[in-house]
Amino acid sequence: MFDVRIERKAFVAAGGVRRDILRDIGFSIAPGEIIALLGASGIGKSTMLRILLGLDSAFDGHVRHGPVRIGTMFQDPRLLPWLTVADNLRLVVTDGMPSPDLGVLLDRVHLPDAGGLYPRQLSLGMARRAALARALAVSPEMLVLDEPFASLDPRMTAALGAVVAQWSRDTGAAVLLATHDLAHALQLATRVLVLAGTPATLAADIAVAPGGAAAVLDNLKSRFGFFRPGGDGLPVAAAWD
Amino acid sequence: MRRAEGRIAARDRLLSVGGFVALWWIGSRVAASASLLPSPGAVAIFAWRECLNGALPRAFGATLARVLIAFALAMVGGGCIGYLAGRSPRANAWLDPWVAIALNLPVLVVIVMAYIWVGLNDTAAVLAVVIAKAPTVVVTVREGARTLDAGLAEMAAAFRLPRWRRMRFVILPQLLPYLVAAGRGGLSITWKIVLVVELLGRPDGVGYMLNLYFQNFDVTGILAYGLTFAGAMLLVETFILQPLERRANRWRSDV
Repeated sequence: MFDVRIERKAFVAAGGVRRDILRDIGFSIAPGEIIALLGASGIGKSTMLRILLGLDSAFDGHVRHGPVRIGTMFQDPRLLPWLTVADNLRLVVTDGMPSPDLGVLLDRVHLPDAGGLYPRQLSLGMARRAALARALAVSPEMLVLDEPFASLDPRMTAALGAVVAQWSRDTGAAVLLATHDLAHALQLATRVLVLAGTPATLAADIAVAPGGAAAVLDNLKSRFGFFRPGGDGLPVAAAWD
Repeated sequence: MRRAEGRIAARDRLLSVGGFVALWWIGSRVAASASLLPSPGAVAIFAWRECLNGALPRAFGATLARVLIAFALAMVGGGCIGYLAGRSPRANAWLDPWVAIALNLPVLVVIVMAYIWVGLNDTAAVLAVVIAKAPTVVVTVREGARTLDAGLAEMAAAFRLPRWRRMRFVILPQLLPYLVAAGRGGLSITWKIVLVVELLGRPDGVGYMLNLYFQNFDVTGILAYGLTFAGAMLLVETFILQPLERRANRWRSDV
């Protein structure tokens, strides 16, 4: 479905010096997979998602995929402030796409009465849920989500995680979500990709069997040893480098 | 609350206009001669007679047509060039000197040269107004294009929005405040330039009539035509441009 090969991705830092961010990363994504892309803040997860979405073509390598519908959610909601929530959802539905039932979509993300509101009238958490509904509005065969559960409370995080998992089960859509919430990622994912090092490389590519989250957690601990003992499962950023 | 504020603003506007007419009336009473500053009533009667004999509507129609055509061309052309200059540094490097020259070229020079090169016709008249007005639109829209939200552009690209939908729903709403600002300032400048263009080389229109009455030192005629047209432009601004601006900004205050 998706074949990703990033030989090298560099940024030009201050002073004109090229600094490699990503190197030698290769993986494929199959329909129905839910892949959690893990790594410390600033390691290059969002850069990798931008490459996948075709928003950044300045890299050595390739991203190959067929004509799939891609729904996406950025770290910030990026709703058009001059359109209502419902119109923001309608905007991304173009010719040839199945028309979504906006009421059902908004119900799914627990915003049943928000269709007529403008983004300024929403809290950040509500806006992020509206952005998830927009990603689902295109009837995606591939969902690319960048920190989709940031600024949501644990109950809402679990609820929206269930929405994403349900969508993948019902439609066979693949999901790639970048996150540093390891505990939640392991509950949701069928596969975990770990970015680590400077420049970041693909340090681990582990399948998560049903009920096997604890084993994967142990595996990651033994290989990387970067989890707070008895903590919330968040990686210590410095330990990733 | 908002409606009450609107009523107060409308009342204040009416009082302001009333104050202007009152001052004018007082001025006409103390003026050395009624022919130097006729009273508001005398000017109104004159304008009404010109309406009845058809002279004022004919002049009005000719001028209004030139204003609207020139205004539309300057807005569309200047808007497109401004957008290009704002989005592409290379295009801006090419266009900026042209815009700077056009901005600093005296309007009178533009009008005279247009009449010499194109001929004493309406094409030259409209062209002169467009050349004189478009650079200010370019400068305003260029600023708007420079501040377009890159995150929203990425969102539109990620969702593969068709080009027209991007322009209509993502880009134009961001440019609209700049376009409205250019439009509001632009209309008043445009019609003033049109009057000069008509005064210099057209056989009809409000500018031509002003020239005619000026040659006869007929202040009543000059005020009747000048103020009537200014009033009409004020109505266009109040009842068309301002509501458009309010509608464009509705989402900002609809909370």
